[in-house]
Amino acid sequence: MARMEDVEFKERLFLKGYPFKHYSPRPGDPVANAVTPLQKPLSACKVALITTAGLSLPDQAPFDLTIRNGDSSFREIPSDISPQLLEMNQRSWSFDQTGILRDRNLALPLDRLREMQERGEIGALAPHCYSFMGSIVGPARLMKESAPEVARRLQADGVDVALLTPV
Amino acid sequence: MCNQSVGLIQRQVEYAGITTVSISLLREITEKTRPPRALFVPFPLGYPLGEPNNVALQTRIIRAAFALLPRNDCPVLESFTL
Repeated sequence: MARMEDVEFKERLFLKGYPFKHYSPRPGDPVANAVTPLQKPLSACKVALITTAGLSLPDQAPFDLTIRNGDSSFREIPSDISPQLLEMNQRSWSFDQTGILRDRNLALPLDRLREMQERGEIGALAPHCYSFMGSIVGPARLMKESAPEVARRLQADGVDVALLTPV
Repeated sequence: MCNQSVGLIQRQVEYAGITTVSISLLREITEKTRPPRALFVPFPLGYPLGEPNNVALQTRIIRAAFALLPRNDCPVLESFTL
């Protein structure tokens, strides 16, 4: 189990002083308090994956590890690729990357979702999945630009359900 | 920070009319960011779906997360038990 004590002392101090409240849902904020009820059974839903593991395809620009407040951009991943093709760029060394390097499904379970589609547990895997690099200390651009843009693309793909995974 | 980023992205996607659920690796952070639905899993950072190449465990975790999708008493934060 991951506990705050597992996080490196320096990072824990940072997290302790970090203004999470600033980005917590506030009363009256329509985005923060939105609830979308499931409209149909999962077996009829189109499902997309979103991860913050910093995965990208070899022909995509890697995430920029030098941006001070974190790289808030995203990479669009076609869902029909083999997940082991994906490369990982992560600024954060506060977690063990070896698991995902052995099996990308640990963070972006494309193979698992395809199996669930074959068994009829989900309607379909969406045509695109999305990858961010999670260590975004200053999330203003994430909240205003890149996350809404991903939401629009998911809408355009007719996605019903999204599963999100941190690292 | 990853857990906060997931929560912030998740809220935008839910707002766009898509039903969302996320995995949480740090309960304390998820309690602060309060995404609509989250499944806390007892694994180390970097292991959101448990173990590499463990198909059965990964599938169980995904199913447990999907089981939260019909819940609308948000924020929902449940724990996955092995």
